[in-house]
Amino acid sequence: MGTMTTTASATTLLLARFQFAMVVFFHFLFVPMSIGLGLFVAIAETKYYRSGDPKDAALTKFLAKVFTATFLIGVATGITMEFSFGTNWANYARFVGDIFGAPLAAEALFAFFLESVFLGIVLFGRKKVGRGVYLLSTWLVWIGSVLSALWIIIADSWMQTPAGYDISTTANGAVKATITNFWAAAFNPSTLPRYLHTVDALLILGSFIIMAIGAYYLIKGKKPGSKHAQMAEGDQIFFGRKLLKVGCIVGIITVVLMLPLGDIQSKEVIANQPTKMDAMEGHFTDGPLGVSLIGAGNENASLQLPSFLSSILTGAGAAKSYPGLDTLNKGTVDLSQYKSSGITYTNGVEPTKGQQPSAANGNQTIPAQQPSSNYNNNGSANAATQAGISSSSSANATPSDSLNAGFTYQVYHLMILMWVLMILWLIFALVVLNRKKSFEGGKVKKYLLIFGPLLPFIAIQTGWMTAEVGRQPWVVYNQMLTSQGVSQSVNEIQLVITIILFVIFYVILFIAWLRVTTRLIKKGPQLESAEELAIIGGKKGRAAQAAAAAAAQSAKAGE
Amino acid sequence: MDLLQLLWYALETLVIGAYFVLDGFDLGSGVLYPFIAKGEQEKSIVRRTIGPIWDGNEVWLLTAGGALFAAFAPAYATTFSGFYLAIMLVLLSLIIRAVSVEYASVDPKWHTMWHAFFFVGSLLPALLFGVAVGCVVGGVPLNAAGDYTGIPLFGLINPFSLCCGLLSLAVMICQGCAWLALKTPKDCPVQARAAKAHPIMIIISVVLFILTGLLYFVAVNHVASVNPALNTHGFAGLCQWVFVILIVVGAVVALIATLAKARVWAFLGTSLVPLALAGLLGATLFPNFVISTVDTATNTISLASAAAGDGTLAAMTVIACIGVPLVLIYHIIAYRIFRGRQVAENVNPGTQA
Repeated sequence: MGTMTTTASATTLLLARFQFAMVVFFHFLFVPMSIGLGLFVAIAETKYYRSGDPKDAALTKFLAKVFTATFLIGVATGITMEFSFGTNWANYARFVGDIFGAPLAAEALFAFFLESVFLGIVLFGRKKVGRGVYLLSTWLVWIGSVLSALWIIIADSWMQTPAGYDISTTANGAVKATITNFWAAAFNPSTLPRYLHTVDALLILGSFIIMAIGAYYLIKGKKPGSKHAQMAEGDQIFFGRKLLKVGCIVGIITVVLMLPLGDIQSKEVIANQPTKMDAMEGHFTDGPLGVSLIGAGNENASLQLPSFLSSILTGAGAAKSYPGLDTLNKGTVDLSQYKSSGITYTNGVEPTKGQQPSAANGNQTIPAQQPSSNYNNNGSANAATQAGISSSSSANATPSDSLNAGFTYQVYHLMILMWVLMILWLIFALVVLNRKKSFEGGKVKKYLLIFGPLLPFIAIQTGWMTAEVGRQPWVVYNQMLTSQGVSQSVNEIQLVITIILFVIFYVILFIAWLRVTTRLIKKGPQLESAEELAIIGGKKGRAAQAAAAAAAQSAKAGE
Repeated sequence: MDLLQLLWYALETLVIGAYFVLDGFDLGSGVLYPFIAKGEQEKSIVRRTIGPIWDGNEVWLLTAGGALFAAFAPAYATTFSGFYLAIMLVLLSLIIRAVSVEYASVDPKWHTMWHAFFFVGSLLPALLFGVAVGCVVGGVPLNAAGDYTGIPLFGLINPFSLCCGLLSLAVMICQGCAWLALKTPKDCPVQARAAKAHPIMIIISVVLFILTGLLYFVAVNHVASVNPALNTHGFAGLCQWVFVILIVVGAVVALIATLAKARVWAFLGTSLVPLALAGLLGATLFPNFVISTVDTATNTISLASAAAGDGTLAAMTVIACIGVPLVLIYHIIAYRIFRGRQVAENVNPGTQA
């Protein structure tokens, strides 16, 4: 056992984590947008398929362009993600390869091919396929993107709540996790709660973007003769209202749905990841698990929800008594009571024992038999120091092998605050829509709606940080420390070089994306000429002919 | 070494081959891009020939990566962490390339940058994939844990790996020539230039292939001879010969067809070459993934030391049995819909998607 020796310094580990976090952050700006927007492309095309209205066709084409500009950056940066497990986390890859690799391969086979091939048809095939095939393609692109989210969340959830596996030693002495039950591993206790929670969040983002575009056209529509008005003025108001309405409907559904989905997710964390839940709520000492509204990362220094409400949100058991981080750190609680069916905890870091978690943390290995985490605890009374990012003033905890409870607390609460604000924004949208002439007045609300996507953006990023920072110091919960997973053949210099390169190119890409999408949005949906539409209709189906006829009529009417 | 492990070794080789065949021609088109297409109109034609399909082609790389991670995690971990800077250059290249393919048309203001991104983003992967192959075949220093212990990036460059890199670049340019000759409009100057460059590139590729082979026997083969574990397996040895013959057949068919202006045959013949090269790679390495130049017998990442457990391989086999036919159907649909030459009237820079 233990042919791996951990020699990477704390700096290497921090740089490797920083680079990975940065790459995920950037990737996860674009993927949620494209999954969210993909639904609206399909909805718009469905509308067109039924109505044959050229305006609806224009809307599909417009949304597909915005979608593609976004999707591409998601695809491109996603390639980095798949290979980052090997580049930055080689020991982790060796340990989990048997389990973690399969979902990635499945993601490519079942989701990425679907997305990419049918996106080609959506973008270039309008005139080459029948209307039915085209409609199907728009839905398949979206289904593909939602499926890709499933596979990657399966993989990530296994790191949170590992299940369906065994720890074995290979012939050459390396320790690795091997699969014992594929379905138990894939649908581990946190997969479904996390998947539904995430997909709903992405749809919220999509709907807020659609609302923002709609609000923008309603503002633009008011200014006759605006130099950007390449659309007719009436069209701007038409599209503005339409987008705001569709976005608002989907937004209301998904934001309301988030309440039960968020609740299921938090109960799952209570049951399976006590250290994470403690960090999220600043729960340091044993006792009832409260729900704090705002605070400094510690129960004692925060405003708490009344206990009867807390017990609804946390469940009766946790409301009665829940072990605090201090207790968990000392390893005096038997965590077995928190394992859901299917989880087979081995004790502590037993599978990799004999290693120093980190060279800089040489004073201790986390003792086997103690499912503890060496979290960043500077004493529960001293909450202020916990709130800072990796503010490790305690001597025996390195930033690399610690759980930053204060940071987890704050990002988690920021996410919830964003959800509350989203409800407010939906009310703005309803007020604007409720006016008979929605292009008049409500200017402040419309401008606020334009910046509305920032709310779900922040919620998605902080939610992700809660999930992954709260998992620390483990890379695989209770199985492998993050410091044990890092690549040994990658040094600080290589990491710094690549971090600089990524920053440069990602900034360029971000600016380019911003320019291209604002240009597309300013230009707006463009009506096709009647003759173009006749070709688009294709030779198949009566509907196509009807569309062509309608187009010809509308063209005549235009003359 | 059981049947599942052999199956996945073969499948991994096949997926890598599929990637080289499919993404090879669009990477090659990207390398040719600044030389073969003059002016926005012609550049746009080149981009549009690969527009609907490059993304699907690139997913084969993700499939190869995912399958390697799942089935042979230690090989995945060693290569990607060991070849760190080279891999990161490839990834950055693929990122800027992917974005430039589409953004060059919707963002004409920055067109110079997008053209440069498309070229560099195609050139570096085409070259570095070959260098990486040269490294795993030629061997790199690994420690007992399987971690690369040589000099970052520059330690990977030696005459053999460099020659492999040039070979992969030349073959992909060949594929790009064949593709553009097949897909661009007949009256477009790009078509004539691609058709003219194709036979020359075939000859350059063949020369590089022979040179790579010679270097292998001179500079690399000694590694095999000192280590009994690396002695050519009987069946693998036979496969090596079959693949060498297929490479020759592909090159000859491509050469004759391109001179006879049989564009489809020229493309198919050219495509056979990277597929057979991937097969030759698998047969030459078998039963290993990454050869260690230090303590070769123990530190080499082999099929036995890298293969995932049977449970994983069985699950992966089921996934592949369902997934691969679906993927083939998608590809057939896409290539059928976008069959035929690019129509010149479609080209209208600035207004397309």
